[in-house]
Amino acid sequence: MNREGMTLIVRTVTRISVWLIILYGIYIALHGHLTPGGGFAGGVIISLAFLNVTLAYGRKFTSRWLDIGLLGDIEASSASLILALGIMGMAFGGGFLANFLSHGKLFHLVSAGTIPIYNILIGAKVGMALFVVVWTLAITRIGEEEEQ
Amino acid sequence: MPVETWLLFILSYMIVGSIVALELKNILASIVSIGIVGLGVSISFLFLQAPDLAIVQFLFEIFALIILVRAFAKREYHEEKAARVSGVMYFITVIVLVAVLVVSIPVFRALPPFGDPIMWVANYYLKNGAAETGSANLVTSVILDYRAYDTLGEVTVLFTAILGALTILKVRSKKEEREEDEDE
Repeated sequence: MNREGMTLIVRTVTRISVWLIILYGIYIALHGHLTPGGGFAGGVIISLAFLNVTLAYGRKFTSRWLDIGLLGDIEASSASLILALGIMGMAFGGGFLANFLSHGKLFHLVSAGTIPIYNILIGAKVGMALFVVVWTLAITRIGEEEEQ
Repeated sequence: MPVETWLLFILSYMIVGSIVALELKNILASIVSIGIVGLGVSISFLFLQAPDLAIVQFLFEIFALIILVRAFAKREYHEEKAARVSGVMYFITVIVLVAVLVVSIPVFRALPPFGDPIMWVANYYLKNGAAETGSANLVTSVILDYRAYDTLGEVTVLFTAILGALTILKVRSKKEEREEDEDE
């Protein structure tokens, strides 16, 4: 077999587990205001799932499976959305990054005003950013340069 | 066992792990031994009842390990020759370290006892955090409501770092691609 990536065992396990890992990352990011974790941890889990696919299946497959440019766009747009939400807090809540939405009931999924939105945005931003950086490092091939 | 005993155990484990990482000749084994340190920090966060930090520390340990293995595992590395240091320098170093230790003893005495922090600000958050922000996880209520400005700074730092890395690396990879096309 002349394919890049790892063995059949790793590929099969990855094919099943990667969706579970992504789901877990989304769960951690969504429930940031209820359970330990948050947007940062959830984002890192999602980027690790993508990294898992890259390691198991190789670069060519991943670039077909994922639109890397789209990931970069998600990253940049969520960064500016965080800023926009902060400015909306200035308009409606009396201060930059203020929590201007209704707080709701404690321990409910839809509660705590803007906090879950920030968590989702930070999760998208961190996850995509870390994966894009690793991806760029992977296609640059640092190790092989000095050998030439 | 009390928490302190566990922490001392984990701390000594981490010190042994970092010494092993320095002494090993095989670079892959050395990188894995570095992982002991991050994992130990993560477990000590769990013992100190900070699961939020433990999760992030654990994930970043995995992330750093993957990057380190990918970047360095197949590389040749040169052995650093032991630097020649004169006896006077050893003497001065020991004197300075002992002086720092002696000076820092009163500082350690002034610290609050272990497991009994001062909590002037944190008390307010613990009492009013859930009511004021509606967030059940108080850590999140601090980082995304009371101290949201810090989080924004953090995100900006990440964004800037990634922008820099992409700007430098993208140019190089495009150049390589063009060379490859010419070769074909």
